Amino acid sequence: MTPPLPKSLRRSPSRPGQDDRNGKNGKNGRNGPATKPTAKEQAVEGTASVVGWLDERTGASPFLRGFLYRKVPKGTNWYYTLGTATMFAFLSQAVTGVFLAMYYEPDATRAYESASRITNEVFLGEFVRGMHKWGSTVMIILIFVHMGRVFFFGAYKYPRELNWVIGVVLLVLTLLMGLTGYLLPFDQRSFWATVVAVNLNSSGPIVGPYLADFLRVGSEFGPTTIARFYSLHMLLVPLLIAALIGAHLYLVAKLGTTAPPWLKAEKKDLLKEEV
Amino acid sequence: MADSPKKYDKESRYTEGRWIAGGFEGETVTRRRLMEGTALAAGGIATMAFLLPGLGFALGPLFEDTIPTVWQDVGPEGDFNDLSYVPRVMNIAPEIGDAGKTTIYVRKFNDGQDKVIDGQDPQPYVVISTRCAHLGCPVRYIQASQKFVCPCHGGVYGFQGDVEGGPPVRPLDRFYTRVTNGRVEVGDRFSLNSELERFAPRDPSNHIDGLWQYLYPSRPTT
Repeated sequence: MTPPLPKSLRRSPSRPGQDDRNGKNGKNGRNGPATKPTAKEQAVEGTASVVGWLDERTGASPFLRGFLYRKVPKGTNWYYTLGTATMFAFLSQAVTGVFLAMYYEPDATRAYESASRITNEVFLGEFVRGMHKWGSTVMIILIFVHMGRVFFFGAYKYPRELNWVIGVVLLVLTLLMGLTGYLLPFDQRSFWATVVAVNLNSSGPIVGPYLADFLRVGSEFGPTTIARFYSLHMLLVPLLIAALIGAHLYLVAKLGTTAPPWLKAEKKDLLKEEV
Repeated sequence: MADSPKKYDKESRYTEGRWIAGGFEGETVTRRRLMEGTALAAGGIATMAFLLPGLGFALGPLFEDTIPTVWQDVGPEGDFNDLSYVPRVMNIAPEIGDAGKTTIYVRKFNDGQDKVIDGQDPQPYVVISTRCAHLGCPVRYIQASQKFVCPCHGGVYGFQGDVEGGPPVRPLDRFYTRVTNGRVEVGDRFSLNSELERFAPRDPSNHIDGLWQYLYPSRPTT
């Protein structure tokens, strides 16, 4: 079941006649007298023993091997990296967002000033804020391209429907991140865009007005609205996204990926003669 | 023997009848079952103990009016007339600062033309909110045609703020007004239906006419 380790990571027995100083034959092996291991050998041995210590106590090896060295179908190509690309866009957003939160102040009177301080005064602030701003667009583009890949390759079909559903929830959450993050610079554009966006929510029948009240903290856009958007933007929604990415990846590893639709099953591969 | 195993019955109420080890006469719930239930109930109560107050805290604004009434001075009475609107800038929630500034249109109440909004004393001034009743874009008053026009989706309103065309679902909202020491002051917002009857303030896009109004409930608090 568990895929084998790749050759480069497997330890191979030494060839006959080769000097085996500290290998499987032990220090008192027949192949020569015990000599001091070199620094390189010590480093390799040390790493192996740390990894072994962890593995013995967690049993992570079969899981990681199944996750990292699983077989992928023939024809797997660059389009299959779009999901990973989206995940890295999310990770970049998470990291830059954590650092932005160290300087940003989610207060109606301080938000604009602190955001412009990040851009104009903080060392590398413009770069990190720029990464966060443009990264959000990149993430949304990538998520849609990834969704298109899955759709056009038919990769949403049985048994992967649940993963499609999780992906759609992730898409909605990502858009929610865009919506809640748009307010935070707190300039005229973000303020009025948010007013209109909340009004769009309010146009839904029955629950709409309540949803708008929840988002705005009351019937009008008030001083606490920005704190609510900030909390949604940096705590609730990212946590949900991270958890669902975990579920998404688990199902990908569990179910495997699909071959591209232009690839037909090759019959001769199905009948393999044992020699 | 007093406690000899009874006849096996899968459907029996009694642990003894189901031949569960350690079951005794009259016992219906096994200890394992009872402990499972206790653990689940305790976990559920502990979760609800923090989840329900937390949710109530987050959803409070649905049940509580969080915006206090503020009367804002928009200028002396002499600035306004009853034939055309004068734009003024104010901030609906003053704590927001510059980002929340919005335009309002102010004119004197015209005894001959204007309908007295029911259920209240005649307002000395008519103050129109520029928030379009479609999705809240800012409408602009055009003096030449005496109409309000929305740039987003082409909503058009007449001199009274009544809908003349486009997607808006109701007339433009208004504000309460009063005069203090010769200065005009603007208070809370209220909404109007197509008959220019007064309603509690609603969001743009919320109908207050016909059957549609039942899909957009009023806030419990206003």
